[in-house]
Amino acid sequence: MRFLLRRLAFYLVAFWVAITLNFFIPRAMPGSAVDAVLAKFPQLQPAARKALEATLGTGDQGSLWSQYLTYLNHLFHLDFGASLSNYPTPVTSIVANGVYWTIGLVGVATVIAFIVGTGLGILAGWRAGGKLDRSLPGMMFLQATPYFFLALLLIQVFGITLHVFPVAGAYDGINYTPGWTWPYIANVADHAFLPALTIVVTSVAGWMLQMRNVMVTTIGEDYVMAAQAKGLSDRRVVYTYAARNALLPQLQGFGLAIGFVISGALVMEIVFSYPGIGYLLLNAAASKDTPLMQAIFLLITVAVLVANLLVDIVLVFIDPRVRAREVAR
Amino acid sequence: MRALARLWRRLPGTAKAGVVLLGVFLLIAIIGPEVTPDNPSVTTPLQAAAPSGAHLFGTTQTGQDVLSQFLVGVRLTLELAFWVGVIATALAVIVGVTAAYAGGLVDEFLSLLTNVFLVIPALPLLIVLLGFLNGTSAGQGQLPVIFVLSLLGWPWGARVIRAQALSIRSRDFIAATRETGERGWRIIGFDVIPNMVSLIAASFVNTVLYAVGASVALAFIGLTDPNQWSLGTMLYWAQLGNALQIGAWWWYVPPGLAVALLGTALVLLNTGIDELSNPRLRDARSATKIASRRVWTTDPTPVLGALDGHGRLAGLARSFSRKSLIDGAAADTGNAEKAGKLT
Repeated sequence: MRFLLRRLAFYLVAFWVAITLNFFIPRAMPGSAVDAVLAKFPQLQPAARKALEATLGTGDQGSLWSQYLTYLNHLFHLDFGASLSNYPTPVTSIVANGVYWTIGLVGVATVIAFIVGTGLGILAGWRAGGKLDRSLPGMMFLQATPYFFLALLLIQVFGITLHVFPVAGAYDGINYTPGWTWPYIANVADHAFLPALTIVVTSVAGWMLQMRNVMVTTIGEDYVMAAQAKGLSDRRVVYTYAARNALLPQLQGFGLAIGFVISGALVMEIVFSYPGIGYLLLNAAASKDTPLMQAIFLLITVAVLVANLLVDIVLVFIDPRVRAREVAR
Repeated sequence: MRALARLWRRLPGTAKAGVVLLGVFLLIAIIGPEVTPDNPSVTTPLQAAAPSGAHLFGTTQTGQDVLSQFLVGVRLTLELAFWVGVIATALAVIVGVTAAYAGGLVDEFLSLLTNVFLVIPALPLLIVLLGFLNGTSAGQGQLPVIFVLSLLGWPWGARVIRAQALSIRSRDFIAATRETGERGWRIIGFDVIPNMVSLIAASFVNTVLYAVGASVALAFIGLTDPNQWSLGTMLYWAQLGNALQIGAWWWYVPPGLAVALLGTALVLLNTGIDELSNPRLRDARSATKIASRRVWTTDPTPVLGALDGHGRLAGLARSFSRKSLIDGAAADTGNAEKAGKLT
């Protein structure tokens, strides 16, 4: 319990650092950067202009401390203001529209990549030096391939040359209306296929490599050898003795990876014009829509922190060693 | 020279491949821009032409020579990655060593800072930062990107370096040096850091890998100066010029492939170092098989011995592994802290 409280305190500090960074970034920018934002929106209504100046910290805003307090106050009421490029839609509703496309696509793709990669890693680690294991350098090439480059290739082959899959957007808005109907869902799946494939192909190798390395180390442990000496079946030794223990660091990586997959997917979403968080963030950055930019950054940070906290909680429950370390402390 | 030759022989095949591949890129980066056939920015009427004798890599939609852009781009990308590697690793050493050496409140604070920056997602933060700078006078050239990437690239290294410095600090020879009245900064500069050279090198390779990936991604989405020819901006212009729709594969395949190969080279190098230092991984391919089961001779230096922060070789071996740069530190910080408190 003390362990979890300490972790919770840590994530709260991290969250505070993130929101404070968010506050100071525009204020630490050289004047020309701030002017560029203001110059981008000359036609804003007075109220919006005042809000923008408050975000950027220019104009007559009172002391830094009072600005900070106002900022925190807005934050706790989830008031991020209105989006500048889509004035006057509130930022929160724009973000809410993007969130589930990202969660649906990236979430599913990450889980698939994790399961496939871990499974392959178990096999490669068990039969180290075998056929699967020797394919690792190829896998590393896939892992080192930038998401968006693979995405470009897939679009070229499947979208433009073969015309098998659509290459942009999340669904066909002309022929389908959103709703829980089969044609619509099939259309969404059709659009999600290539982006999901991109994520899975480029991230499977990382999971596989890590799992394989932990497996190789775990298989050398005495208890695995003892299990083999007892004459247990290979299957049992691999899955209940070796893989189960090798899975723990993998799980820890899973929590951290959620953050990195969202980051990687940012760029992927841009290539496919997929209307998720990444696409929104890039459009916000390109049009210097500062309120939207800041809200998305905070949202991603919160998601990553919560994912990490959840993994910590899960680890305490399934790994006795974590608990034991706490007792020893 | 002899030592280098011996090291080369001991390197696993994968690492050798990584070194060779990296060497090729370095060569391109060094002599490439001197031998470009054309000025990469000059437009010609020959638009989107397929590779030919006159233009080995073809031309872009505005008739620019792709090969020239590529040769210049490799240097620019490597240059940027190199400087980010140098600056971020220097920051990591400063933070990590200071935390380990000062101990107490300073350590608590610096460790907290490191962990916080480790958990805050970097790419979105980079996009926000460059989103402000992009398109203004302050956002021109490579410098802002190098600055921003370095600023966010140090925590990975700092964490492992701190753990390693903690274990070195508790060794007898440091205590002896202190007894002879050496000053703190001399001990750090002449005794602690020289003992971590290999670890610092490993974290440098990792930082370069991060810098290549992040800078290319940021350039591709158009957040860096688009007038500089790097591998990322090549891809940016290719996407903008509808290279896909007009089927100009020669425009975007060379830079994309180069990034993938460069990344592979760095990953291979890292895995090689991993195998060099972790006997179990190294011997996995040569384990004896008895009745189709893999059997190892008992390992004289248990790999897990590294976890308790004693034992130089084991500790070094572990800190080398790529995993420890990612999440291993999470597993053993508890122990490292304990080791630090014992002193």
